[in-house]
Formats: sequence, C-alpha cells, structure tokens
Amino acid sequence: MIDQIRSLLEQHPMIPLNFGVLADDANLYDAGLTSFASVQMMLALEEEFDIEFPEAMLTRRTFSSLANIADAVSQLTRKAA
Amino acid sequence: MDAKTFDSKSLLDSLFENGILFESGIDGLYGRSGAFEEVIERFERLVTRLGAPDKATRIHFPPGMSRATLEKSGYMKSFPQLAGCVHSFMGGEREHAQLLGMMADGGGWTELQKATDVALTPAACYPLYPTIAARGPVPAQGLLFELSSYCFRHEPSKDPARMQLFRMREFVKIGTAEQVRSFRESWLKRGKAMIEQLDLPCEVDLANDPFFGRGGKMMANNQRDQGLKFELLIPVTSIEKPTACLSFNYHQDHFGRTWGLKFADGELCHSACVGFGLERVALALFRHHGPDADAWPAAVRDVLWSV
Ligand SMILES: [Zn+2]
Repeated sequence: MIDQIRSLLEQHPMIPLNFGVLADDANLYDAGLTSFASVQMMLALEEEFDIEFPEAMLTRRTFSSLANIADAVSQLTRKAA
Repeated sequence: MDAKTFDSKSLLDSLFENGILFESGIDGLYGRSGAFEEVIERFERLVTRLGAPDKATRIHFPPGMSRATLEKSGYMKSFPQLAGCVHSFMGGEREHAQLLGMMADGGGWTELQKATDVALTPAACYPLYPTIAARGPVPAQGLLFELSSYCFRHEPSKDPARMQLFRMREFVKIGTAEQVRSFRESWLKRGKAMIEQLDLPCEVDLANDPFFGRGGKMMANNQRDQGLKFELLIPVTSIEKPTACLSFNYHQDHFGRTWGLKFADGELCHSACVGFGLERVALALFRHHGPDADAWPAAVRDVLWSV
C-alpha cells in the first residue's frame, strides 16, 4: 500500500516533494508540503483508490506522513470492500 | 433598529427606510448616505491614529488590480467562486453590429467581450506584495504598510454585512516570522480595545477563510490547526452568527515565496495583515447605536468625533 501511494504521489506534477527519499513516517509538511499540494494529494488518492475522505478525516494530521495516509486509505478501502 | 431587527433582511430594509443605504437593484451593491460615509471617515481616522506610532507607509491602490498578479497569488486555487475579472468589448464595427443585434434580441451578448488584464481586487493587500518585491531586498527591521481599497467578492446576499463591493483598510507587516507575529499580537489587543471603546459587543475567535470545495475544507482545517486566522466578531445581523469586522491573518511565507520577498541575506520574508471591514464596522455602529449618528451615546461620539 505505502509503495503504491509513494509512486502515485511521486508522479504528481503539482506535488513537488521527493517521496523517493522520504521515510514512511517522515513529516511531509516539514519536507515542504503546502496546504494546496495536500489538497492535490487528497484528490489524487481519492481517484486512485476510488474512495472519498469524509470531512472528519480532512485534517492536517491525516496527510502528515506516508504512514498516516496509508492508514487512512486502508480504513476507507476496507469500508468500501 | 431595535432588538427585533436581528436578521439580515429586516436590517437591510431598515437601512433603506432610514436613508442610510440606497438600493441599486443588485444585492450587495448599495449607495451610501453622507452620514454613513462620515462614520467610515471617522473610523478610518481612528484606525490611522492608533497605528500612527508604527509609522506605516500609506498606499491606496484602486479597486482593480493586475489579473496576472491575482493568478500568481494563488487566489483562483482557493477562492474561484469569489473572483471577478473585468471584460471589455474589443471587436470592430462588424462585431459591434452583432453585439447590438444580440442585445436587441434580448439574448446574451457578453460573449463578445474578452477578458482584460484587470481583475477586481479581492483584498486590499493583494496588489502590495509584487510591488514591494520589485523594490529589492526587505530591510532587517521589516516593512509596514497601511492600505485602503474597495474590494470585490462575488457573493450576492440580502445580508447588508455581506456586500459585493466594500472597503477594507489594512495594515500589512512584511518581515521575519517573529516580527509579523508580534505585529499581529499587538493588533489583536489594539483592535479589541478600539471596538470596545465604541461600545460594541465583540469577541475574538479562531477563524478560517471560505476556501472552495471539499479540498477547501482541508485548507480551512489546516488554517485553523495552525492558528493562522483570527477574527473580531460583532453581532450585526445575527447573535448566533456574529459578523467578522476585523481579521488578523498570518500568511507564513506564502507571499514571500510566491513573490520572492527576501531579506538581503536571501532569507524568505513572512507576512501578516490586519484588515478592517469598514462597511461592517459602520453597520455595527448603526445597528447598535441607532440610525441617527447625532443621537449616538456621547462616549462613542467622543471617540469618533475627537479624531
Ligand atoms: Zn490582507
């Protein structure tokens, strides 16, 4: 899951972060993730995994590391399955 | 304007009846009476006097700004629903005839207009950043500006406190993170004291901008989590949902990064602004102290009419 997310985000033209060198639990905001890029990230994840983040999950924390993102995505895909 | 008029529509009607605002046929665009304008002038003087010790540089930009500047600012990423762009007819005689024909038919004709280089200013500080960046490095002590501009936001409403064209007075600090944060702190205190002097009930609260869409929910949550925006709220058209009359915004290095605002050593600048919604403050004063400014409480008149 994390690798799939990493390669998805790495290819995204509007998220200028080097995901290849970021650890699973590295803080993405510290690495330079802007609010706007985090929105792009959310939209890309929803499309890739065919999910919709509920409002309660649209927080800074959900998108703060690859590990947190993978947690959230697996929660939502499990629900959908 | 008694206790019963705590809803938008009846407050708007009573403002029309008392000749304080004048209808234009468009919600959110109103004529202002001399009395209303005098209150705004007095309040602006009060603001300027309060800020005078800080020696801000005053700049008045027109209500239109460079469309390219608005685009580069990222405004369309966050608030596409509020933006306004000026369009004009640029065709020849043939197109003019076509345009008149379309108007005579009662159909749409605006497709014959093209976007100009001008967008309507959405907040007084947007035109400032590129202007300052073009002047070279920011001095170590930072820079302070006092701005005033008519602003446009496309949100037609019967709420007189939500106009489409309104004035905003702003102080903007450009400097280090510490400099701009202490600037914002000082105005949080000064702003609240000023409104209390005018005998208006108010509270300061954490806030977020009306970012567009679901992505906007996330931007709004981010903004709140980081404590980037505070508002001073006064009940104007509702007690449960008081109106934001002053706002205190910390942009981090967003504008610094966007416009290359840097110190001589290459470090990026942070910025913050405090905005005074002039029509909103005036409406709050009329709402709480009555339609006749001459009959306002002496203490309030003393504050406004002594400057
Ligand atoms: Zn501003």
